[in-house]
Amino acid sequence: MRYLPKSDFERREMLGACGVSQPEELFAHLPEAARLGRPLNLAPGISEYEIVQYFRDRAAENGNGFACFLGAGVYNHYRPVLVDTVVSRGEFLTSYTPYQAEIAQGTLTTIFEFQTMICQLTGMDVANASMYDGSTAVPEAAMMAVRATGKGRVLVARSVHPEYREVLLTYAKNQGMPVEEFGYDPETGTLDLEDLERKMDDFTAAVIVQTPNFFGIADQVKEAARIAHGRGALLVVVFTEAVSLGILEPPAEADIVAGELQSFAISPSYGGPYAGIIATREKYIRQMPGRLVGQSVDSRGNRAFCLTLATREQHIRREKATSNICTNQALIALMATVFMTVYGKQGLRELAEQNLAKAHYLAGKVKPRFSGPFFNEFVVKVGAVEDLNKQLLKKKIIGGLPLGRFYPELADSVLLCATEMTRRADMDVVADTILRAATPTEVTA
Amino acid sequence: MINKVRPHLSQNELLVFERSSPGKKAYQLPELDVPAVDAAEALGAANVRAEIEGFPEISEVEAIRHFTRLSTWNYAIDYGMYPLGSCTMKYNPRINEVVARTEALAWAHPYQPAALAQGSMAVMAQLEAALAEITGMDAVTLQPAAGAHGELTGILLIRALLEKRGNPRKKILIPDSAHGTNPATAAIAGYAVQNIPSSATGVLDVSALAQIVDKDVAALMVTNPNTLGVFEENIIQAAEILHKKGAMLYMDGANMNALVGIARPGDFGVDVMHLNLHKTFSTPHGGGGPGAGPVAVKKVLEPFLPAPRLKRTGKKWAWDYNRKRSIGRVKAYYGNFGVLVRALAYILAHGGPGLRNATVDAVLNAVYIRKRLEAYYDLPYSQANMHEVVFSDHRQAKLGVHTGDIAKRLIDYGFHPYTVSFPLIVHGALMIEPTETEGKHEIDQFIEAMISIAQEIETDPQLVKTAPHGTRTSRVDEVTAARKPVLRWKPA
Ligand SMILES: Cc1ncc(COP(=O)(O)O)c(C=O)c1O
Repeated sequence: MRYLPKSDFERREMLGACGVSQPEELFAHLPEAARLGRPLNLAPGISEYEIVQYFRDRAAENGNGFACFLGAGVYNHYRPVLVDTVVSRGEFLTSYTPYQAEIAQGTLTTIFEFQTMICQLTGMDVANASMYDGSTAVPEAAMMAVRATGKGRVLVARSVHPEYREVLLTYAKNQGMPVEEFGYDPETGTLDLEDLERKMDDFTAAVIVQTPNFFGIADQVKEAARIAHGRGALLVVVFTEAVSLGILEPPAEADIVAGELQSFAISPSYGGPYAGIIATREKYIRQMPGRLVGQSVDSRGNRAFCLTLATREQHIRREKATSNICTNQALIALMATVFMTVYGKQGLRELAEQNLAKAHYLAGKVKPRFSGPFFNEFVVKVGAVEDLNKQLLKKKIIGGLPLGRFYPELADSVLLCATEMTRRADMDVVADTILRAATPTEVTA
Repeated sequence: MINKVRPHLSQNELLVFERSSPGKKAYQLPELDVPAVDAAEALGAANVRAEIEGFPEISEVEAIRHFTRLSTWNYAIDYGMYPLGSCTMKYNPRINEVVARTEALAWAHPYQPAALAQGSMAVMAQLEAALAEITGMDAVTLQPAAGAHGELTGILLIRALLEKRGNPRKKILIPDSAHGTNPATAAIAGYAVQNIPSSATGVLDVSALAQIVDKDVAALMVTNPNTLGVFEENIIQAAEILHKKGAMLYMDGANMNALVGIARPGDFGVDVMHLNLHKTFSTPHGGGGPGAGPVAVKKVLEPFLPAPRLKRTGKKWAWDYNRKRSIGRVKAYYGNFGVLVRALAYILAHGGPGLRNATVDAVLNAVYIRKRLEAYYDLPYSQANMHEVVFSDHRQAKLGVHTGDIAKRLIDYGFHPYTVSFPLIVHGALMIEPTETEGKHEIDQFIEAMISIAQEIETDPQLVKTAPHGTRTSRVDEVTAARKPVLRWKPA
């Protein structure tokens, strides 16, 4: 096996030094009944070239060369070449969690930069070193709010990513944390603030909203904050489209921001690995889950970074920890850090403007279902959703996400996304196909 | 005698914010092929932000130098042995990085129609099947993102099954040698944690277990081999005790590198377990993640697995969302797919016989280190060890030198430290896991370094206590970092 660096001669030498003649003797202490008395039923190992071929074959079974109008939490953004150049360096790729600060300053410094950039983007005071993804950041934020307020109930907007809400429910179910949903306005697609007011009570720990929301709309964070804070609850603001932060007002009224950075040079990769974040106000630092890097000095007085405030974490606090998270998404967070560095202050703005322009070009041809202001995705009522998407597939286009699976009341609608990667010609085809499929009253340009 | 390393120049580098200057760029966007849009008009002026204060502004060449210089301040597997116990820091094959970037896999959107995702689904199905064979279990979910996430999934599965049987019960039993994620997970799953003391030989005390297991116990969470690197010799009896009282056996599979091809948890009584693909199956740690924590279960738990599940209809793969008894989702989409690709590439490269050979070498390396260091360091538990060995600083502590100091001195010899102060049942633990991907030369150098440090402690303990001496960063003041947290850069 090519990954095993010993010659048979060395192996025998080492066995001899251990006082063992056969490798099997190393396992002699295992109870007989526990041992596998046969070889694993797996094919023999294959060469590097065959491995490449195997995955090329699998890739060929996927769709190839389609233009894609799917967003819904996962976005097709260009990945600058520098990103893979940096994360392919063995020093970043093949190092462990930076517990030994003296020989991990590379990782620690980039995480410190990451935490800083996330604060700058979100308007929060502190950000952690990453969560698994946006979906698991949501229950972590809810649990954090429960600890911070001493209350127990959670109110979540239906316009938060449906799969994030499912994850929230899985976590909440066994913690005596009731979760209730509130609606969206069927005209604007923004929060139904009256429904929120009605459902608020003094036992509510967190109100969870998303912006841009699942329908792509810049939502009413300020109003949600007023209502949440009025009853002593924290406001958790979720984002799935990080590029929007290049142009949209940061959710400064939030107490906790729980987001997904997939848009920052993280390939869609059929759903992961991505990187989530939790950012918050200074006063809630000790309730935060996950790793944090802090600045300090070394014994020679030089600036140095280290993991800090670990008394929140499982390896110190065990069952009293703020979370059970250990391994996070460090390398993926580094991708996002390189992305933010490459685009920078101006580039992220320009990128956001291009996304806005593309989506609004498409929306100008097919009327969005909701009137709220949208960033790079929007809902369109198209009637026969599956028929439309079938027609588009024939034209090598993956259409928008059919919403019926998540919102029965929107079974006639799709969520369309356009990014800087979306070509005008493809948008024209999509618009054309939608307009032709629809009856004139449903869609007017 | 330090012969693995020599000092060399290392470049200083400021934070990216301190290198920024207004107007510098490392990007260029294409010309827009549609009309530009006025942001204030499209979004409402109140929704449009001011510029992102402090955000980086540097050029492309400065960006690459920035990250390259920072990278050289890290130790890495590519530099040498990384003997962190419990972490299985083995070589990360580069072919895995290449295949994970295969275009139509890396750019597959999780919501693209199943007909256009058959290849991605086939990869997942093949990995599920391979992991089921390796663990001896009946079904596998690939949804969890890491070990701790797998633990949570597993405990929720147990809760769901017990609930269906009428009573979810109250407690999870956890040996005192367990990793911190185990009790933290039990708490999040809504269970009380009862710590159980290990026997004098560091393994499960089955007669004590028989006394403790009652109608309130939902499960025992056990790591096997345990965190001493010792196989739980009474695991089959433990499973019987639990099952007799209607409780389940959860196995933390972080140490599967000692068992692959040799013994299967499904054959020794385990009901549910997780694997850490970023340990046993070589996917890179990347400075802390990403990982993947698949969960393998026996048939009785299969109906409760997170939705959706892969299913075969005719000749096609599909996602089955109609899973009435499912515990629900633990993560959006289907799992850390890119990590799963790398793990499958690792399994394909080894094949069945290769995986077993890897296990043999992993155990051989650890046993060899033990034999050669036993004379110099105290071995608190004398059972046969498997893939890792745990010493204590008992002898060195008498001279005022502790495990943390020895670890720091190892850095001067060109090695990453072992795991310090874990497991908690060993006072002053030195937990060493070489993995199979270290050759004899590297291991001998490591052993010589450890012996040399033991001798230094006799002659010049201060030298060890103030280590490392050769690094660009000396010991970091972690106390001040925690007392006065500075968690982000701010302009001066
Ligand atoms: C024994 C043991 N259990 C659980 C874990 C947690 O796994 P992860 O870090 O993947 O969440 C680890 C790894 O750190 C471990 O060593």
